[in-house]
Amino acid sequence: MISLKKSLRAASAVAATALLFATPGLSEPLKVGFIYVGPISDFGWTYEHDQGRLAVESALGDSVETTYVENVPEGADAERVLTQLALAGNNLIFATSFGYMDPVVNVAQKFPNVMFEHATGYKRADNVSTYSARFYEGRAVIGTIAGRMTETNTIGYVASYPIPEVVRGINAAYIHAKKVNPDVEFKIVWVYTWFDPAKEADAATALIDQGADIIMQHTDSPAPVSMAEEKGLYAFGQASDMKEFGPNARLSSIIDNWSPYYVARAQAALDGTWASEDAWHGINEGMVEIGEFSDAIPAEVQAEAQALADAISAGEYHPFTGPINKQDGSPWLADGEVADDITLLGMNFYVEGLEGEVPN
Amino acid sequence: MDWSSLSPLSLIATMVVASIPIMLAATGELVVEKSGVLNLGVEGMMITGAVAGFIAAVESDSHVIAVIAAAAAGSAMSLFFGVLTQFLKSNHVATGLALTIFGLGVSSLVGQNYTGVKPPQFPKPEFGPLGDIPILGKIIFGYDYLVYVAFLTVLGVWLFLAYSRAGLILRAVGENHDAAHALGYKVKSVRLLAIMFGGAAAGLGGAYLSLIRVPQWTDGMTAGAGWIALAIVVFGSWRPWRVMAGALLFGGVTLLQLNLQAVGLEINAAYLSMAPYVITILVLVAISTKHSGMSANAPASLGKPFHPSS
Repeated sequence: MISLKKSLRAASAVAATALLFATPGLSEPLKVGFIYVGPISDFGWTYEHDQGRLAVESALGDSVETTYVENVPEGADAERVLTQLALAGNNLIFATSFGYMDPVVNVAQKFPNVMFEHATGYKRADNVSTYSARFYEGRAVIGTIAGRMTETNTIGYVASYPIPEVVRGINAAYIHAKKVNPDVEFKIVWVYTWFDPAKEADAATALIDQGADIIMQHTDSPAPVSMAEEKGLYAFGQASDMKEFGPNARLSSIIDNWSPYYVARAQAALDGTWASEDAWHGINEGMVEIGEFSDAIPAEVQAEAQALADAISAGEYHPFTGPINKQDGSPWLADGEVADDITLLGMNFYVEGLEGEVPN
Repeated sequence: MDWSSLSPLSLIATMVVASIPIMLAATGELVVEKSGVLNLGVEGMMITGAVAGFIAAVESDSHVIAVIAAAAAGSAMSLFFGVLTQFLKSNHVATGLALTIFGLGVSSLVGQNYTGVKPPQFPKPEFGPLGDIPILGKIIFGYDYLVYVAFLTVLGVWLFLAYSRAGLILRAVGENHDAAHALGYKVKSVRLLAIMFGGAAAGLGGAYLSLIRVPQWTDGMTAGAGWIALAIVVFGSWRPWRVMAGALLFGGVTLLQLNLQAVGLEINAAYLSMAPYVITILVLVAISTKHSGMSANAPASLGKPFHPSS
């Protein structure tokens, strides 16, 4: 808080100086602000965004100046923090959680000259871009591995909130697990939090008690990987590699690499070419990375997973390619038909074979 | 849906484990509040205990040292609060909130190099043949040492408050500090000791999270458990056994809904998750109604500043 106040004061001083000499702030660095939903040391989601921030600093050097605010809850607090960042003179602000969507839109209206970048959302404006990663591409790859590796044919899934991004991940993982193992079954537990290690661990334990021998997660802390390690089972790193939390348990991981995008957008802002966009990058652009395969995975399964990742990256294969039915058996995609982005972005249904309902 | 796969025994056992951190913290806070002090810094003391216990366990490989370090760290944090509120007369609410923010920051700083490190496994006591008793063996004799420490703490606090002279003095200080002062009791010292006990208990609760329940250190890993502990004290209307029941309920409900989901039961998790908070609000309403009898147990001097000269 103190640092924010300080930078606020500094910003007004800078503004005053600029007025005094009437020089446009060409020599001043581009100020880039970041707001994070968790701690930068969560070794998951927020950690990777902060790595992106550091990449901006090292790539653009003195021409940028970055600040960040961590542990900002989604909701009213986010609006306050975003306003403070804008008032502090940040020219470009990255809001890195889905729940910051409405706060970003509200604050962006009040600060038309500030450029906003909102991760995983869908509301845009002239000064609001959205960006997200095609995590489902990674889910397809680890779903394949999980389907091959499970012995109980039960895969436990620790899910956060029932939003399209999470539902899409469950569907992609399930479709590809089922493809290689027709007997596979998914058990899904919703924890309604992005970050609560104790609750995530409890959810993983509940799934393991129900016979799951592979744990997948769509939450931010490495607790589920730790629990799998303790029980001698398997899991996947989420957002970060998480190898250190489960040296034996971690089979592979989906790593979010925001660095190239953040550097490109900060560069565009510096060049004055920044424009509102909707970026949705995958394995091909490097935003989604598949972590190194562990030795526990048999060589032929590694090859199969790698081939799938390569095909997705090359654009030869789309993880949502028909025939795929919806859960109720009604057809969704015909044979060979590929899902369009609009449907994927709003995905609120399970595919055929998954049990349970998507909570409202 | 397959009910047979949901084992009530392992469910009860995990529910007990899930409630231990908040049970310890809430029991400590109960003593603090009974002495007339409102310490909202439980979350900060818990997380400090979590990181201190974790570091001690990793560095020393000794569980006893880890437990002592966690309690000492929580206690040390509470001492900040104690000195500020009791001797420098700062506002309880503001100081407690500051303690939470401070604790989260300090733990994040000192825990930086311990992310991803694995703590040594915590041993379970051997009860010999008792552990083999069909049902009781698992739900009574199947835990690690700290679970028994937590229940003994509840028992001890109940005996202390209800039957000991020192407990009577502590309650007197919490009910009317001026009268207690006039009788010659050292209000500040009593409160300081209560605050330190509360800190130690919260620290221990935090260590239970980082050493046993999750076993890992992650920044901000208490994720609001301290606030739940505060709610439980009110929920239990400042009585140790009710606080214990409240902790089991709060911890249990969360776990129950996760398990029901894993079995495949369609439940609205949101309702079940908010149930304990709704009950807490109802208890608060009941307390504010004068004739309910519950209000009698709220310490009369809770959170009020004490000026011995006046």
